[in-house]
Amino acid sequence: MLSVQNLSVHYGGIHALQGIDFEVPDGKIVTLIGANGAGKSTTLKAIVNLVKTTSGTIHWNGELLTGKLTKDIVRTGVVLSPEGRRVFPNLTVDENLALGAYSRNDKVGVASDRERVFVLFPRLKERMKQKAGTLSGGEQQMLAVARALMSKPKILMMDEPSLGLAPLIVKMIFDIVREINKAGTTVLLVEQNAKAALEVADFGYVLETGRIILSGPGKTLLADQRVRAAYLGEAI
Amino acid sequence: MDLPTFFQQLVNALSLGSLYALIAIGYTMVYGILRLINFAHGDVFMLGAYFAFYAITALLMPWWIGFIVALSLTALFGIALERVAYRPLRDSPRLSVMISAIGASFLIENLGIVIFGGRPKSFPSIPLFDTVVRFGPVSMLSVSLFIPVITIGSLIALTLIVNHTKTGLAMRAVSTDVDAARLMAVDVNKIVAFTFGVGSLLAGLGGIMWTMKYPQLNPLMGIMPGLKCFIAAVIGGIGNIGGAVLGGFLLGIIEILIVAFLPALTGYRDAFAFVLLIVVLLVKPTGLLGKSQTVKV
Repeated sequence: MLSVQNLSVHYGGIHALQGIDFEVPDGKIVTLIGANGAGKSTTLKAIVNLVKTTSGTIHWNGELLTGKLTKDIVRTGVVLSPEGRRVFPNLTVDENLALGAYSRNDKVGVASDRERVFVLFPRLKERMKQKAGTLSGGEQQMLAVARALMSKPKILMMDEPSLGLAPLIVKMIFDIVREINKAGTTVLLVEQNAKAALEVADFGYVLETGRIILSGPGKTLLADQRVRAAYLGEAI
Repeated sequence: MDLPTFFQQLVNALSLGSLYALIAIGYTMVYGILRLINFAHGDVFMLGAYFAFYAITALLMPWWIGFIVALSLTALFGIALERVAYRPLRDSPRLSVMISAIGASFLIENLGIVIFGGRPKSFPSIPLFDTVVRFGPVSMLSVSLFIPVITIGSLIALTLIVNHTKTGLAMRAVSTDVDAARLMAVDVNKIVAFTFGVGSLLAGLGGIMWTMKYPQLNPLMGIMPGLKCFIAAVIGGIGNIGGAVLGGFLLGIIEILIVAFLPALTGYRDAFAFVLLIVVLLVKPTGLLGKSQTVKV
């Protein structure tokens, strides 16, 4: 279980996260939704220590992550597929996947995980020797997810996997999220696409300007008047 | 110009060019990883030469052991330099790091004067490198033949490391996107240290070869070669290892051509490097092999 308590982050004078608490139980899909600038990405970055926290603690299966180096956090199985995909454009698909497995020494396991991601994303197998920068946006997102899977995540955190993608690809990505979860990986999903996220999620939190203002099971939030008004574009 | 003179100058040009290339690689590697111009790189070059000098003359080591010791020390020095002068400023504005680099350079030069003494020293003669080799009318020091071989050998080894090892893969990842590399569990500090170590080792190698070719050492000997090799790296396209080698050879060859064909302009040979830099920056700001970065959103 990932458990975040009273997490605060400042960017210069801006109080981006103002003491948030949430939990991601093992085996579940949990989503953080909210508008631009609500602090969703900051939360994920704080968990892997890519931004400094001002206060609060992050525990992963009882172990304190706060203050650890990113590389050591990743090695505990907490893996982030970052916003904007951040694949290495000048490296091939194959090399990107190899970097995903950078921390692993179990050659057999890596090889079988490679086969597994090629089953999930056959397109990547076709493009194995191609530079990641030449892939389409959807393919780059597939690569970003595949690369994260190569790190053997126990919890996969995905930051806006649907950003800028065609509806068909978005659907495919969310199907994959479900599939990854079914295979036993906990998922923490950050999304602006609130509807899609709440539909797959077991539990959701709504972030607004650095605070959690609402939480509940995905289906409950989907039905909530305030969520419908603010994030699903419905008039009340 | 007759044929023998041509070949004579060609040999001179190739060995000078290879030396420049060897040093330029260090600039370009560090820039590629950290986007930092290591202005102290020329001084690391100087230290390499002094380490070898003292290993052989004061510690009386056989030359090859002396070279190994000197190269190891130079590599360690490069790693320490990054640790002390650059790592604390990793998240600071780029200007601060540049000032720190210039400061480190002055510090090393002046400590060099204090510790090694300002008076030039002459490097001991090593027969293997100090023999005159003749091919018909063309004659040269054997070291001039070793230099291009060493440069090309280093280039091949480096290319293999960068393209075919896990460390090399991590280096390429860090150079494109540091945070994304961190998310891959890459130990960025280790990769940066490795880069400084290798770059400094090559500078040390360059320094040793340089003092055998022009057998004098002084604590300020790194300034001009350092500047020129920085120029060579920029001309070739900074961040690109092949570009640094190309730039180094180009600079060496053009410099020798000026001396050979336009003896009246010999005094301007150093100035010419800067003219070339300005021209390249005007015509192709990314350098000969550099690519402009495009961002796909």
